[in-house]
This record gives sequence, structure tokens and C-alpha cells, in this order.
Amino acid sequence: MNRRFFKSKIVHDYFHDPSAIVGSFLLVIFIIGTAFAPWIAPQNPYDLEKVSLEHFLTPPIWMEEGQAPFLLGTDDQGRGIFSTILYGCRTSLIVGFGVVLIAGTFGVTMGLLAGYYGGTFDSVTMRLADIFFSFSTTLMAFLMLGLFKQRGVLIVILAICIADWVRYARTMRGSVLQVKEEAYILAGKATGAGDFRLLIRHLLPNAIPPIFVVMAVDLAVVIMLEATLSFLGVGVPLTEPSLGMMISIGKDYIYAGMWWLVVFPGAALFFLVIGINLFADWLREELNPKIERRE
Amino acid sequence: MFAYITRRLIQGVVVLLAVSFICFIIFIYSGDPVISLAGRYATLQEREEVRKAFGLDKPFYVQYVRFIANAAQGNFGKSYVSRVPALGLIMERFPATAELAVSAIFLAFTIGVGLGVLVSLKPYAFRNRLIMTGSLVNISMPTFLTGILLIMIFAVYLRILPPFGRGETVDLGFWRTGFLTLSGIQHLLLPAFTLGMYQLAVLLRLTRAGMREVLTEEYIKTAWSKGLPPRKVIFKHALRNVMIPVVTMTGLQFGELIAFSIVTETIFQWPGMGNLLLTSIYEGDQPVIVTYIMLAALIILSLNIIVDILYAFLNPKIRYE
Repeated sequence: MNRRFFKSKIVHDYFHDPSAIVGSFLLVIFIIGTAFAPWIAPQNPYDLEKVSLEHFLTPPIWMEEGQAPFLLGTDDQGRGIFSTILYGCRTSLIVGFGVVLIAGTFGVTMGLLAGYYGGTFDSVTMRLADIFFSFSTTLMAFLMLGLFKQRGVLIVILAICIADWVRYARTMRGSVLQVKEEAYILAGKATGAGDFRLLIRHLLPNAIPPIFVVMAVDLAVVIMLEATLSFLGVGVPLTEPSLGMMISIGKDYIYAGMWWLVVFPGAALFFLVIGINLFADWLREELNPKIERRE
Repeated sequence: MFAYITRRLIQGVVVLLAVSFICFIIFIYSGDPVISLAGRYATLQEREEVRKAFGLDKPFYVQYVRFIANAAQGNFGKSYVSRVPALGLIMERFPATAELAVSAIFLAFTIGVGLGVLVSLKPYAFRNRLIMTGSLVNISMPTFLTGILLIMIFAVYLRILPPFGRGETVDLGFWRTGFLTLSGIQHLLLPAFTLGMYQLAVLLRLTRAGMREVLTEEYIKTAWSKGLPPRKVIFKHALRNVMIPVVTMTGLQFGELIAFSIVTETIFQWPGMGNLLLTSIYEGDQPVIVTYIMLAALIILSLNIIVDILYAFLNPKIRYE
């Protein structure tokens, strides 16, 4: 089993595609960095006792006025940029994986049922999906948070999920409609397998591969969306670290030439997202039998 | 066809009602506007007066029905902050947003589709790999970051473009335009590019994928073997079939465009509807927020119906019954 896995096509392709390796490498670095943030970060930027205003707006360490623990400088509150980035990416990843998990589970279930049963349930679900899709996840989440006064990480996750499940439901339904006609499903039906067994044992595992691509792309989109919402001040509360909020604070200082407040959190966000996108691109080509690969 | 259009229109109205209902529920349960209206230190009696003046003392369903009846006549209530009709406040900002959005779509469409065709012809050429890498960078960069970086480069370091505002505008009576002055165009460049960037990459990738599939079709081989010039094969035979999903996507992505216009307008302090919406959210000015949402819903739904009908005309295979 193990040896077969390591000799399989997908593993072979993975090690022969630089973008897949670079992408997953970046993602792993970010996950390790954020998981061990309390040990890696020189300072806990949200512990009020450790932060002092006397270090505010310090430039990065290699510049003239740089100071020892603040590798990438500090912001207007004296929080170290490097430390805040580590904690901010943590919020990004929590929101990202939270949405992928919640919206993904709900969307896949809806798509599976709609594709399998068809009829009224299908047309109502898909009509609803069309509407959510045209309003777009970004606009829906923004408006929901705008109307809703409470702030919190979980609220951001739910606001994004409201319209985000549609991506999964649509893809899943399309995939189910294709798989449904396969001979082995008909054979299962003919031998008297129940609906539940057909759905879980036969349709779900065979229809799910395209969902992995959607998950990867969605993770990148959601992380950018969380940053955007926090940038606009409707995302996570001020007490939580967030890359979007760091950039929002920093944008007022760019005219004074204090570029490090924007450039470092921006770069962190960019490398996190591009890592996921590189991996998603590889996954898409790998799982799409239509496109011939040529290297 | 007629029955189909009628049904879509009825569905549209139902969705609008649902949107208004959801807005209203959140509106009612998201804190008492009277406190922000009358001020924190108002007496109980003053608060009651404010409550009566804005009709906030009536039960929920009365407020809702009255809201719907008024909305149908274009009356969405008065802004809590500036005390003028919310719809007027938003419509005043409409030209600025419309000009920004149209310029962004134009940039995204011409550059995106153009590059998409170019790349699809030789997908593995070095130059085209470079373009695809660029589009990946573009897709991985959130709009607000693009905007701030553009300001840093072009306004703070190079000092060749203005960082915010709309510049000089010309009043045409019903429409205030920035297209007619040099300063208006200069001010438009960075925000339009920022807003267009996201769609540009999406359109590029969609065109490239579509072209790659279409170029392997039999009828394209036939066109080549007939000896048609490349220009005709590519643009007349291939691109035409790719354009259907591309145009549909542009229409359906309008919600996304509206959302990103809020971001862009905020960064560049562009005096449009999105900027107003964000200010209203900070100030808790619910009538303006609700009006904005209803207006956005109306625009998005109408556009969807138009795209669906156009689709039926473009693609004779589809029959709506």
C-alpha cells in the first residue's frame, strides 16, 4: 500500500512540478510559523504588558534607527511587525480553514442531494445558489457585517459562509450528475442498495475530486477576503491580530515614508495566498483529464 | 420566451422582497438607532420624540409594510446623519461610481481578453509563461493591497499621479463627469486600474482556457486547412465561441465588482457610493445602508436577467420554456 502510494502518478507528478513544490512549501512554512507563533515571535504583540509605546514606529533592524528585538520594525502602538504578522497569519488561516470546512460541508451536502434527487429540491437549491453567486461572497459578507454590529472571528467566518457554500454546491452537483449515470451506480441500484448507501459509499467518493480544487482556490480567496474585511474595519475586532488591519493602520504612514508598516504584512499576505494558488493550479491540472500536460 | 421573461421578473421581485426583509430584520435587532440619533445624553422624553419623528415606535410589520410601500415609490427614508432622503444622497454619488466601474471593466476586458488570446496561441512559450505568472501574482494580490502599492509607487515615490480624490469635474446638469478634464483622467487612472486588476486576471484565465479548448476542435482545423488567414481563424471562428462564457462571466461578476468598488473608493477617497456606504456603516446610518443594498440588489438582478436573455439569443441551442 505504502509503496504503491509513493510510486503513484500523483506523487510522481508532484515531485516533477516546481510550482506544486514551491506552493506547498510556502503553505507549510506559514502553518508551522503560525502554529508555533508564541515560541517564534520575539514579543506577544497583544499582551499589553509586553508592548510599550516608547518603541513606536521603529524602522526594521537593518536600518539606522532599528532596535534589537524588532526584526521588521514596529507599528504606531509599539507592536513588533514580525510578531504581529505571525499572529495575524494565524487569524487568516483560522478563518480560511474554518470557512472551507463549514461552507464546504454544507455545500457538498446540498450539491450531493440536489444532484441525486433532482426535482423541486434541485431547482430551488440551484436558484438560491444563482442568487447568492450573483451577489458574490465578498458583497454578501461585507453587507452582513455592515448591518451586524457584533465583531468576532466566528462572526466573520459565518458571514463569509453565507454565500460561499454555493461554490461547493454547484461543483458537487455537476460532478454528481456525471457520476450518477455510470454503470456501477446503476448496478448498485439494480442490486437493491438503499439511497443512503448509494450516496455515501458510491456517489460521494467518486464525485468529490473536483471539490479538492474548489477547496484550495477557496482557501486563497477567503484569506484575501478576511484581510479585505478587516482592512475596511468590518472584519475581526481590534483586539485580534489581522494582516488586513495592520495594512489599514500602515496606510496612513506611507506618506511619511514609513513603508515597513504596509510592505511586510502585505508581503506575508501575498506569499501565503500565492503559495495556496500555486498548489491549487497544480491540483487543477492534475485532476482535469481534459488538459494534456507537456513539460 | 415571453413566459420565461415574465417568470424571471416575478422571481426577481420575490428576491428583492426577501432581501428587504432580511435587511429589515437585522436592522431591527442590531441596536436602537434612537440612541445614536438623539445623542447619548438625551432625556427619555427627547428620545420618545425622535422615535415618533422617524416612525420607530410602530410595530415591526407596520414599519416593514410602510417601508416596502415607500420604497416602491423611490422613497427609502431619511438619513439619520444628514437628515436628507437616503436615495438622493446615494444617487448624487452614482456618476462617480459608474465612471469608475465602466473604466475598470473596459481596462479589464480589453487587456484581459487580448492577453488571453495571445497566451492561448503558444501556451508554453517563455513570454506567455511570464504573462501567466503575472496573472497568478495578480490573482494572489487583494484589491486593497494593489491600490496601496500603486499609491506608494506612483504618488508617494514617483509623484506622477494623484493619490486620492476625483480631480476637476464638469457638471452636465444631470451628470457630473470627470472624463472631460485632464485632472479628472489623471485621478481616474490609479483607481480604475486597481478595480480592473482583479477582473483582468479572471478574464485572462477564462479566455485562455476557453481558447485552448476551442482551438483543438474540428471546425478550427477545417478553417486552417481551408487556408484562412490566422486573424480570421482566431478572431472570427475561435474567439467568437469563447466570448459567450466570457461575457456571461463579466455580467455575473457584477456583484464582485460592486464589492471591490467599495474597497477601491475607500483607498482612493473616491467620492462614490461605496465610499458613502462605508461611512454610513461606521456611523450606523441604517436607512442609507438599506437603500444601498436594495439598489445594489436591483442592479445585480436586472443585469442577471438581461444576461440570461442575451444568452438565449446568442446560443440558439438553449430554449427557455
